[in-house]
Amino acid sequence: MSPRVSCCAVATTELVKGVRTTRSTIALKLLMAISGIVFILFVLVHMYGNLKAFSGHDAYNEYAEHIRTVGTPILPRTGALWVLRVVLIVSLVAHVASAAALWKRANRARPVNYQVKRNLSSSLSSRTMRWGGLTLLVFIIWHLINFTIGKVNVSGGATNDPYNLLVDSFDTWWLTVIYLVAMLALGLHLHHGTFSSLQTLGYTNTASSRQRARVAGWVVAIVIAGGFSLVPLFTLFGVITK
Amino acid sequence: MKLTLKIWRQANASAAGAMHTYELDGVSTDMSFLEMLDLLNEQLVTSGEEPVAFDSDCREGICGMCSLMINGQAHGPEVTTTCQLHMRSFNDGDVITIEPWRASSFPVVKDLVVDRSAFDRIIQNGGYISANTGAAPEANSVPAPRDKAMRAFNVATCIGCGACVAACPNGSASLFLGAKITHLGELPQGQPERYSRVASMVAQHDHEGFGGCTNIGECAAACPKEIPLDVISQLNKDLRSAIKQGY
Repeated sequence: MSPRVSCCAVATTELVKGVRTTRSTIALKLLMAISGIVFILFVLVHMYGNLKAFSGHDAYNEYAEHIRTVGTPILPRTGALWVLRVVLIVSLVAHVASAAALWKRANRARPVNYQVKRNLSSSLSSRTMRWGGLTLLVFIIWHLINFTIGKVNVSGGATNDPYNLLVDSFDTWWLTVIYLVAMLALGLHLHHGTFSSLQTLGYTNTASSRQRARVAGWVVAIVIAGGFSLVPLFTLFGVITK
Repeated sequence: MKLTLKIWRQANASAAGAMHTYELDGVSTDMSFLEMLDLLNEQLVTSGEEPVAFDSDCREGICGMCSLMINGQAHGPEVTTTCQLHMRSFNDGDVITIEPWRASSFPVVKDLVVDRSAFDRIIQNGGYISANTGAAPEANSVPAPRDKAMRAFNVATCIGCGACVAACPNGSASLFLGAKITHLGELPQGQPERYSRVASMVAQHDHEGFGGCTNIGECAAACPKEIPLDVISQLNKDLRSAIKQGY
């Protein structure tokens, strides 16, 4: 028997009774994985939609109007959009709340840091999930103010034309830089997030499936962050114009 | 070899600890890391100081008793246990920082010794199969598929040293837990209690105060027995099945 330690630590001697799997850390991780996959699907569609900017003013604005009328007349105008928004809001709350709970737990589990600690195999993306996630949260708030809720035109022009608002925004170099930095953060988050969600859902039980999940992380990160970056870059360099 | 050692000294569980620096001369490259610490302790005892307390038992790399965070790596720079680490992995004049495993679930008992009985309680809460005692049953009466048996054997090499927890930035014991879940869950004898086991062991893991896993893989890189990261996937999968089955 190890010596009984009565000190500052949380070590206990009793065994847990009345087990509830839904209250476990792994249940929180599952919640993060599933809500994360909802976001991956959303940003994939969102990125594809943004590429409409290459088809010009009318095509882009028609697409912007279409996502408000899709499903009518069975659904009211913007009905389908609101269904999607509710799913996203619920996912965001689940994702952030479980991340906060796990972050707090991790800090409690390692109250004293090492004087020297080397990272042997973890990727930069895996170590920046929490701060990177917070960066994305701040970006999402700005992005919604920019294009959805507030509609802010930083160059002082009109805000009622989606295509023109987009061009005015990305003609402003510093705003394009902010968006590109955010896409770097998104790429990093997706690189580990894709792999991590597959591992959390239990789909990486062999060395080969684990390798495939890592490749999926790269593909998702490059396709989504790269695809999103095209529109701001091509606007800044004058290919997409009013 | 002449070394500078920076070692965590802490008189007891409730005392405040600090890093102390020692100079040690006459270290042979053939010494194991623990023999090097024995040499230091002889020097300390001779000069009337308290020797450095550290855990060790078999010194053959099979019992899981030795620990030590050496220059920021659990069990030091080689993929083995601290007792099987030799001083030829270091150079003359090196500065070596030695710290205990850091986790609230592994409280420091003294100096470099930590209390890992949290692992024992995780095993107590489901990490076994229930079998009637008596004469050993005929080994071939319960056939096990070869690939499953091999996977079970490979992960059963986990010696419960706690390096995975020490290396994890979240202080999670998921690799340990995954190794035990996979070891018992792959074999026919482990099936009757498979889902109640994962539910109980995960609940005990959380209750002990270990953190959640973020799948970063530092644990598998630190493991002296090279337990692969896919045992954590197996753990997650089995827990997901346990949720579905209402545990």
